Amino acid sequence: MAGEDDGNTTNGRRRRRTRRSAVRLSKLYSYACGRRPSVADDHSVSRIGGPGFSRVVMVNAAAGEPPAAADLLQHQQQITATTNSISTTKYNLFTFLPKSLFEQFRRVANIYFLLSAGIAYSPLAAYSSSSAIAPLVIVLVATMIKEAIEDWRRNQQDTEVNNRTTQVFQQGGDGDGWDGDAAWSFRDAKWKDIRVGDIVKVHKDEFFPADLVLLSSSYEDAICYVETMNLDGETNLKLKQSLEVTSTTLPDDDSFRSFAGAVVRCEDPNAHLYTFVGNIEIDGQQHPLSPQQLLLRDSKLRNTDFVYGVVVFTGHDTKVMQNSMKVPSKRSNVEKKMDRVMYLLLFSLIVISVVSSVFFGIATGDDLQDGRMKRWYLRPDDTEIYYDPNRPAVAALLHFFTAIMLYGYFIPISLYISIEIVKLLQALFINNDIHMYHRETDTPAHARTSNLNEELGQVDTILTDKTGTLTSNSMEFIKCSIAGTAYGRGITEVERAMARRKGAPVIPNPDNMDKGNNSGIQQQQHILSSSDSEGNNDKPAVKGFNFVDERVMGGNWVNQPRSDVIEMFFRLLAVCHTCIPEVDQESGKISYEAESPDEAAFVVAARELGFTFYKRTQTGVSLRELDPSSGKQVDRSYKILNVLEFNSARKRMSVVVKNEEGKLFLFTKGADSVMFERLSGSESAYREVTQQHINEYADAGLRTLVLAYRELKEDEYAYFDRKFTAAKNSVSTDRDEKIDEAADLVERDLILLGATAVEDKLQKGVPECIDKLAQAGIKIWVLTGDKMETAINIGYACSLLRQGMKQITITLETADIIALEKVSDKTALTKASKDSVARQINEGKKLVNASSGESFALIIDGKSLTYALEDDTKDMFLDLAVGCGSVICCRSSPKQKALVTRLVKTGTGKVTLAIGDGANDVGMIQEADIGVGISGAEGMQAVMASDVSIAQFRFLERLLLVHGHWCYSRISSMICYFFYKNITFGVTLFLYDAYTSFSGQPFYNDWAMACFNVFFTSLPVIAMGVFDQDVSARFCLKFPMLYQEGPQNLLFQWQRIIGWMLNGVACAVIIFFLSTASLQHQAFRSGGEVSDMATLGATAYTCIVWAVNLQMYITVSYFTLVQHVCIWLSIALWYIFLPVYGAITPSFSTTYYMVFVEALAGAPSYWVVTLLVTAAALIPYFTYAVVKSWFFPDYHNRIQWLRHREKAKAHPDPETSADVELSQVLRQFSVRSTGVGVSARRDATAVLRHLNVDYSQSPTPGAGVVVVTTDR
Amino acid sequence: MNSHAAGTSNGGSGDAAAGGAARRNTRMPKYSKFTQQELPACKPILTPKWVVSVFFIVGVIFVPIGVVSLLAARDVVEIIDRYDEACVPSNMTENKLAYIQNETISKECIRNLTVTKDMKQPIFVYYELDNFYQNHRRYVKSRNDAQLRDASKANQTSACEPEKTTANGQPIVPCGLIAWSLFNDTYNFTRGNENLTVDKKDISWKSDREHKFGKDVYPSNFQNGALKGGATLNPKIPLSEQEDLIVWMRTAALPTFRKLYGRIYFDLKENDTITVSLNNNYNTYSFGGKKRLVLSTATWLGGKNDFLGFAYLIVGGLCIFLAFAFTLLYFIKPRKLGDHNYLSWNRHPAGR
Repeated sequence: MAGEDDGNTTNGRRRRRTRRSAVRLSKLYSYACGRRPSVADDHSVSRIGGPGFSRVVMVNAAAGEPPAAADLLQHQQQITATTNSISTTKYNLFTFLPKSLFEQFRRVANIYFLLSAGIAYSPLAAYSSSSAIAPLVIVLVATMIKEAIEDWRRNQQDTEVNNRTTQVFQQGGDGDGWDGDAAWSFRDAKWKDIRVGDIVKVHKDEFFPADLVLLSSSYEDAICYVETMNLDGETNLKLKQSLEVTSTTLPDDDSFRSFAGAVVRCEDPNAHLYTFVGNIEIDGQQHPLSPQQLLLRDSKLRNTDFVYGVVVFTGHDTKVMQNSMKVPSKRSNVEKKMDRVMYLLLFSLIVISVVSSVFFGIATGDDLQDGRMKRWYLRPDDTEIYYDPNRPAVAALLHFFTAIMLYGYFIPISLYISIEIVKLLQALFINNDIHMYHRETDTPAHARTSNLNEELGQVDTILTDKTGTLTSNSMEFIKCSIAGTAYGRGITEVERAMARRKGAPVIPNPDNMDKGNNSGIQQQQHILSSSDSEGNNDKPAVKGFNFVDERVMGGNWVNQPRSDVIEMFFRLLAVCHTCIPEVDQESGKISYEAESPDEAAFVVAARELGFTFYKRTQTGVSLRELDPSSGKQVDRSYKILNVLEFNSARKRMSVVVKNEEGKLFLFTKGADSVMFERLSGSESAYREVTQQHINEYADAGLRTLVLAYRELKEDEYAYFDRKFTAAKNSVSTDRDEKIDEAADLVERDLILLGATAVEDKLQKGVPECIDKLAQAGIKIWVLTGDKMETAINIGYACSLLRQGMKQITITLETADIIALEKVSDKTALTKASKDSVARQINEGKKLVNASSGESFALIIDGKSLTYALEDDTKDMFLDLAVGCGSVICCRSSPKQKALVTRLVKTGTGKVTLAIGDGANDVGMIQEADIGVGISGAEGMQAVMASDVSIAQFRFLERLLLVHGHWCYSRISSMICYFFYKNITFGVTLFLYDAYTSFSGQPFYNDWAMACFNVFFTSLPVIAMGVFDQDVSARFCLKFPMLYQEGPQNLLFQWQRIIGWMLNGVACAVIIFFLSTASLQHQAFRSGGEVSDMATLGATAYTCIVWAVNLQMYITVSYFTLVQHVCIWLSIALWYIFLPVYGAITPSFSTTYYMVFVEALAGAPSYWVVTLLVTAAALIPYFTYAVVKSWFFPDYHNRIQWLRHREKAKAHPDPETSADVELSQVLRQFSVRSTGVGVSARRDATAVLRHLNVDYSQSPTPGAGVVVVTTDR
Repeated sequence: MNSHAAGTSNGGSGDAAAGGAARRNTRMPKYSKFTQQELPACKPILTPKWVVSVFFIVGVIFVPIGVVSLLAARDVVEIIDRYDEACVPSNMTENKLAYIQNETISKECIRNLTVTKDMKQPIFVYYELDNFYQNHRRYVKSRNDAQLRDASKANQTSACEPEKTTANGQPIVPCGLIAWSLFNDTYNFTRGNENLTVDKKDISWKSDREHKFGKDVYPSNFQNGALKGGATLNPKIPLSEQEDLIVWMRTAALPTFRKLYGRIYFDLKENDTITVSLNNNYNTYSFGGKKRLVLSTATWLGGKNDFLGFAYLIVGGLCIFLAFAFTLLYFIKPRKLGDHNYLSWNRHPAGR
């Protein structure tokens, strides 16, 4: 099911992709060719009015003449009935109760409780119905309150959105009908009041309130720029343009007074963001509408003062709302397992109920034999069906239900709600962790879905996006090569990493959180100041520009030998792009909106080097250039004749421009692979040098582009333009090819200018974080859209790849495949490709199998991935990939990312975490068990789809190793403890029942039982779930191998769960038999009173409350005041409950009336028994815990020992020499296990040698990470 | 969110400089030891020192308590006499049920008890029943508290099945199986010629007398049915003074139980012979239950129950044993901290 859905969405995404590029192409026409109707509309227009295309919108109906046709009017009323208010809430006032109840009872446990509540109202009830219902009601109400609060928050958000204002063309308050013309104007109206057909005016930087058809804009040619970040995460601006007919007739506010009677006919509401089919009828003439005229809700108007539009879809009809899909609800593995434990408990409940029923049946049947009553005092001769000795089978069957209800304490009713409370609080801790707060962007971590907290502690594989995740997605122009001379002296992150790899000292771990645990405030300031300083160091003065070279900066380039080439180079940078400048009116500063950060970097570089691009019109660009001859700034404009768009096939982008002198130029920038073959043969003076520079740049992990130009002759251009226009206007399927062909005509015989190098900056702390994660035994796969070389470079930079690692490369960029591509026989190509991929995978596997102890890296490109992910090869591929230390998939599409994620998830059955920042990562984020969104620059799409959002990749380390581990360990301990305490309670009930000949008599008073889960035992366990720390954060990070407890699920394996259950049974047996034997038939007070059901029950209950709460002291490893308070408060509550409840009128408290005050409190034996039983009940587990931690310690036990030793070291002790050794072994073990990461590069023996030295010399042992230098 | 889009490049030095002034408005989490989970805490660890001392201390506390409890129990003098078998006439031993159900046969029975040790007053007289399921759910439920408490609610007989009403529909007070099956053996004690009167006052819990059984509630229609259960009640005496009933109605927890019959305020000497003349009315023969008469003194800890003392001794002894055992283990086989083998995760290859 889910898989299919995801498949559909990824398909949808792919479709969107292709549509998107179509939109881009159409945008280019506006530069070159002006307006023209959309190409593919001819046949779709005919569909209007048919099924799926039935919407008819009367534009500004209220203002115009009443429409003629009655059915139209009715239709209009119908669609205006859909208001523009939106509601994302799950419930409303009326549906809340039934709907939320329904949600609740989808849980197995709750159905069981409902069932037993039902039994409670029948004569089968073991105890009073109200006390049976009360816990269920409390739990349900608590959960519903939580739901209500969450829904209320959503409602608040909706209200905020619904009450935003925009300007709507409407009648003023005192206007009176049709003749009150003057009263009609654009007035502020709330979004929720907008109706279909309204005309709205949207100003700059405002969101569109609904889906609008653009009528006209502040620009003369009726274009407007739209930012669709909220829709698709793309930050580039999209260009929209209205129809000529509307833009010319509706230039300003006043013109709308006379505008009426227009009708828009279009498709019905649907979820396709990039399609729109419709037409507009003005004065009886129909004009086709296309997506080009549609402004979508939630996108933003940019760079345009205002636009007018007519509302076609409102509220939930809008495309963005139609698109909002339910986030797939994810459940953690622990919870899934918990369900299985629940089933086990239900099963054992049924088993003991059956046992109980059988014995009850036998005993009941025995009571009356041949008319002779055995237990005459039960009157078996005169019974209801439930005790009928003549029909013992029926009685037993009915008794089964009584037993199910009675032993129901096996099933912890409050478990789910407790877990939810705990997870909510855990999420708060995650949100408030100051170490995961990113100051530069003012972003704290945010756990968006709290139900996956513990899953964070079980991650086996991380699938990460590269751009924006590992790298900061800020492109910096850092180097260039012009006319064979290399400029730029910046050092890249990759070069730094390479230097490090070649033997420079390992940079100390930057995470300051390791150190100085002592003073919080100090530490905080320390972090702030450190990020301050780093921010200052790292941040270039100008974003996107990190170029330092005095030879060309500050206008010095004019003195360089080939200044003409340099001039052309800079001019090309300033002209050949599709950026839009934005001039700040006050400061005069110019910023740019660009399609990709690379382009922005180029334009910024050009600006910084003296070629300021400051204006773009429909037809051209204007630059402020430095004139080399005069040395002055001059304004020049270039007419842009054609834009030959970049795409992945062409790998280049060109513009044809005409300068002020009327000369025609073709400016081209593109990948070296395509550019060099297009250079003119004669002009190759510095070709070799440039190629060499490019290689050097690529080695340094930089993105390179080759820049070239040529001058065009008039006739040559005319020929090209004709061809190009014809190609664009053709509607045949090979249109793209024709355009390429036409472009090919001019993109040849180019003159080389040079090459640029842009750094895709690694985010801070990424290599160190990856190292830690690798040490924690987490596998890291990089899924990137980048090309192989870049991906490999980044792999080296962030330590995923290292020298000495064997690289297995699977690619289809081999000669034979390329040759086949040329022939373009589709089937042959597919077959050959597939064979090739399969062969390469096999070879890789052989290699991996053959060697031992070596690390492998798998690098696969997108094309190969397509074949590798096919059903028959994917298992092989996964096998190979799992055998490799690191896996890098390059050139992968969003769909492939999702597919790979699914492959890993289902193939290995382990927990996967996908982390990404862009819309293209949404697929894998939703597919993975846990999706982490980087709330960075690329919009909110990834964050919206994610389960947890963080600001930087490096925070993943703390999120997983600290919070993940804690949450996992807490939740699993908590669940185990829950089972323990409920089994303890339930088994005593069962044992007692055995002594009542299984008649179903409860041992304890009804209300006392009802309070067990809610009052006497809930607080400590919640405190444990929220506060317990098996190991402190510092040690979690210091010993990353500890994390493996999660992926291997050591803390929630069946042995542990069953162990805790058996502990519960043992406790119950000890408590029951000791307390009943101690207070049997003899007097228990000096007054000679004997114990009865009430006193014995209350005594046993007391023992349970004590034992179960004191058990905490053996279980918990981190006691804050909160936990002490919770434990003792719970015990105190029991002692408060008993007398208070006992003081209430006996008609309510029944058997427990005055039981404590009168009978128990004054009896020494009661207290003596309590002490005995409590101690005896705890001894087995305590002994077990001692043996376990002494002889079979878990990893966290060992670290606890280590910490303990370390502390003891403050007071010298001859014994502590051992802990140096322990620490080494722990660490050495951690280091050894990893195949990737910085530390993987250290030789194990060297580590040992160095550690001996470093550790003993370290002034504060273990306080920081030991810095080891290795000369390799 | 952050409005600075990827492609935006503003000419200035970015917003880093402005950050200082705008610090107040950040979404930075507030620092507190609580939110950062750094609250001061104790982190107990099961060190040998701790473990051994815990066991040892528990042992050291428990053993004396055990000894004291045992001594207290030993102080109690208890005389138990099982009479259900002995009181059956020898000709009826084969058919005890006929004997007990035959109302014409006299149920008088004389038992002689020898005092084994000096007994100080008060001496508690109990009857002990065995294999009697007073805790059977049907039995426990078969009563109506409101009726017992309130004279005006005599008609409330719900839950009293099957002893609700008489054949002609009159409500039975007190209704229900518990009251109906009220124990009806009686005991009289003499020492030589001296009549040892049994004080039957205050044998029930005060709260029961005062709050659960009404002062103005009188038995009516009790034991009028075809099938008689146990004792009859004097309809002239209000329920709150029918202490035998009140004691009986406090249902016992376990199938073997004692109930207080009364107190004897005489000191008994060792080797005194006490003659008990009893009426063996109550039918335990049909379900094979034993009947015992118990005379017992009590101490601060209650009756003669050795179990508590022994249990303390055993648990205390076990703790001391464990303390020694762990000490030994610690010295003989100290934890090898650097043992590489047990650090390996490979012991859990599949994990799961």
